[in-house]
Amino acid sequence: MTANVPETALTRKDFASDQEVRWCPGCGDYAILAAMQRTLPELGSTPANTVFVSGIGCSSRFPYYMNTYGFHTIHGRAPAIATGLKLANPDLDVWVVTGDGDGLSIGGNHLLHVLRRNVDLNILLFNNQIYGLTKGQYSPTSTLGKVTPSSPLGSVDQPLTPARFALGAGARFVARGYDTSKALPDVLVRAHAHKGASFIEILQNCPVFNDGAFAEITDRKTGPDHQLWVEHGRPLRFGADLDRGLRINPKNLSLEVVRIGDAGVTEDDILVHDETNRTLAFLLSSLPDVCALGVLYCDPVIAYDRAVTEQTAAAKARAGDGDIDKLLRAAHTWQVS
Amino acid sequence: MPSITPSSEGAPSAREDLDSVVIRFAGDSGDGMQLTGAQFTTASALMGNDLATFPDFPAEIRAPAGTTYGVSGFQIHFASYDILTPGDQPDVLVAMNPAALKVNIDTLRKGGLLVVNTGAFTKNNLAKAGYESNPLEDDSLAAFRVLALDINRMTLAAVKDFSLGAKDAGRCKNMWTLGLMFWIFGRDRASTIEWLKRKFKDRPELADANIAALNAGHIYGESAEMPSHIGAYQVPKADLPPGEYRNIDGNQATALGLVAGAKLAGIELLYGSYPITPASSLLHNLAKLRHCGVTTFQAEDEIAAVAAAIGASFGGKLGVTGTSGPGVALKSEAIGLAIAAELPLVVVDVQRGGPSTGLPTKTEQSDLFQAVWGRNGDSPLCVLAAATPGDCFRMAIEAVRIATKYMTPVILLTDGYIANGAEPWRIPSFASYEPFPVRFHTDPEGFHPFARDARTLARNWAIPGTPGVEHRIGGLEKNAASGHISYDPANHDQMTHLRSDKVLGIASDVPAAAVELGEDRGELLMVGWGSTYGSISQAVRLLRARGRKASHLHLRNIWPLPPGVRELVDRFDRVIVPELNNGQLVRLLRAELGCDAESLTKVAGQPFRIQELVDYAEARRKAA
Repeated sequence: MTANVPETALTRKDFASDQEVRWCPGCGDYAILAAMQRTLPELGSTPANTVFVSGIGCSSRFPYYMNTYGFHTIHGRAPAIATGLKLANPDLDVWVVTGDGDGLSIGGNHLLHVLRRNVDLNILLFNNQIYGLTKGQYSPTSTLGKVTPSSPLGSVDQPLTPARFALGAGARFVARGYDTSKALPDVLVRAHAHKGASFIEILQNCPVFNDGAFAEITDRKTGPDHQLWVEHGRPLRFGADLDRGLRINPKNLSLEVVRIGDAGVTEDDILVHDETNRTLAFLLSSLPDVCALGVLYCDPVIAYDRAVTEQTAAAKARAGDGDIDKLLRAAHTWQVS
Repeated sequence: MPSITPSSEGAPSAREDLDSVVIRFAGDSGDGMQLTGAQFTTASALMGNDLATFPDFPAEIRAPAGTTYGVSGFQIHFASYDILTPGDQPDVLVAMNPAALKVNIDTLRKGGLLVVNTGAFTKNNLAKAGYESNPLEDDSLAAFRVLALDINRMTLAAVKDFSLGAKDAGRCKNMWTLGLMFWIFGRDRASTIEWLKRKFKDRPELADANIAALNAGHIYGESAEMPSHIGAYQVPKADLPPGEYRNIDGNQATALGLVAGAKLAGIELLYGSYPITPASSLLHNLAKLRHCGVTTFQAEDEIAAVAAAIGASFGGKLGVTGTSGPGVALKSEAIGLAIAAELPLVVVDVQRGGPSTGLPTKTEQSDLFQAVWGRNGDSPLCVLAAATPGDCFRMAIEAVRIATKYMTPVILLTDGYIANGAEPWRIPSFASYEPFPVRFHTDPEGFHPFARDARTLARNWAIPGTPGVEHRIGGLEKNAASGHISYDPANHDQMTHLRSDKVLGIASDVPAAAVELGEDRGELLMVGWGSTYGSISQAVRLLRARGRKASHLHLRNIWPLPPGVRELVDRFDRVIVPELNNGQLVRLLRAELGCDAESLTKVAGQPFRIQELVDYAEARRKAA
């Protein structure tokens, strides 16, 4: 199976389906959809060779709005279905769209294993810290004390940090963005370029059941003080004037926020981002006062589907391509006359 | 039943001919009884006998030594005529310890040969088996011909020159025993010697010691050290149809059938599976066939296994998953997705005793309801059942044919009994199978994913990577005319009936119901399905030999039922449905045919004995 090479350059319209988009007004999913439809032509993707696989939940309606191949599957199982699809045809560009409930609750096991195996998929986890489609129950990423219909006294579940989960599962590419961010397409481009499982946590606002969950980070005014866009080889600085940064505290092996100029802090004290350093990525994934965004970790190893393909090719080269008559007789046989 | 009769006094000068013999090897689960049985099987097949085997082992890999629940058995029936079951009652029991004797002695035919390893009859082992006194020293075994030998001691003597540790030396005792049995029944040792050399190619001292033990057991018989009441026998070749043969068990045959089916469809296959008894060897068999266009995926769980298979089918391969009953339960929602998305999928259910974890290593036929009806919503699919180990090959091909032709999941039911049981199999010529090549849809003109073939009602199969036919599918209801999501009431009614009609339509594409044995009308029709084939067939033969107008119908198409089954059933005075469950096919037949079928069930984790079926049929005849 090969991609069809378009004669003329494709645009975002070529990737938009004719289906009416049915998310709630103001939902962060619209912005993510637009970013995706804008980015795919830039990547040289074609509708024929692109597949969106999703599970169940608001985010999982995504494939219906893409004029590509799509499979809206069952709750939590998209990573496993996408694994089978990728093994069937490794040439396809496969995107998995999931949410904090679909990916981390009912499908947590599959997400763990697809990351560990390093199947060449781009996995977008829309994190809105709430169950939307079932009308507002708390999710595995909801904050402590969250009052919802199923937690009227406040949630006592300890929340999970998706990026940290992915790193713990052995993911080789972990990134973070947010729905309305102008930089989200850049993150998608990087994820697409990585051969192996690429995990992107996208902070996404649910205006109906959890409005403003990430407002501090995404708000135009407060954002600069709470967003730290990381870039490989560049100092980990943030703030409207990029006057703050991260410094390693060797006494307790943690990252601390410092202001350049304060108490003798210089630019040289600021840690430089190394996206191949998993320990650093762990620290960045759960900073207390600021949210690290961009590619936290990227350190490729061979993708699972490629390893399978190579093994199969070697087996065929070694043992021929499977003559059935020969195969049926590959045992102790005897003649009855 | 044919039986072993004592030979004349003294050492046998000539071997006595027997038509058929049933031997049961029994010992601790660590005693190597399955290997011993398998080697006896190979040697018997090479002698030209027909045979059937029944491995019967505990769920524990190494249950505590000497306990009754740790007893592992392997029964083989070999004969000079065509046989279909591993035999009702052993003629020979080999008991390697007191627990093996305790568990199996009640099955041994009166007058049968009992070989016991006295070396294992220690006070401790007797106590573990629950014996208050040593059965070898009282008259409790008087009904049998007992050959009591200290196999432990004789094995150690045979291997003493190979300087093995006590453990390795002791473990050669199964080969000593096998050697003796080879001599008694006139089997050739060559295939086992060859196998030992292969198995222990990296530890030649173990190969040599085991071969020495095997030879020593054989010499023990040969050199007339045997008591006068133990004879030497031979079972002449069976008159099997000419051709090339091999031994095959059900899981091997299913694996080969799936590969052959995919080849006939012209596509490769992906087998997603999570290890589960008794289906695991299906995964092992397929994992060795990567060069034949097979990708195996050992998933993180049962759900991921079927999900990957569905993903592969979406991508244009044949998705297959294999499991046992508990696994099918976990896969149910995903199977429903394949029904809604109308994708080909083959699910092999190697049934075992249930409910829940149930009896993992024991056989049962209790997943029929689950296969036919066990999903949410009105969710029809095709259900097939294989009758014998060799039949698994043919039915696996049929499963692939139906799944790809009708764009539907197919559940193929086998069970632990035929999955692990082996029989000589006449190897078919692959060219004798009609190819059924898949045609992927590529034409964008008027395309939508749920456009159907007018005759089969199968939707078209367009796969990712194909320009112009991009589309989205999923578990939500689709509009019959456009393939888009639809919550319209009339449309859901129409789609529900389309899915049902499509599956029911498969009936017109399968062989009509026909009796396996007997006339197509008469007094008694025994209707079976799956692994009870051999027992029912033999029972019907015996009934017919008594002059009863009995026939045997064996269903391979469970859902939909094959055409003509109603008419056939109506032509008999009495219909008996023997099943290894609490009455499942019988209820389906009553519901679908409105017939008055009687249920005969056994839920003991063991196959039917032929005599049980004969006795029941005769009792019902008398009562009428």
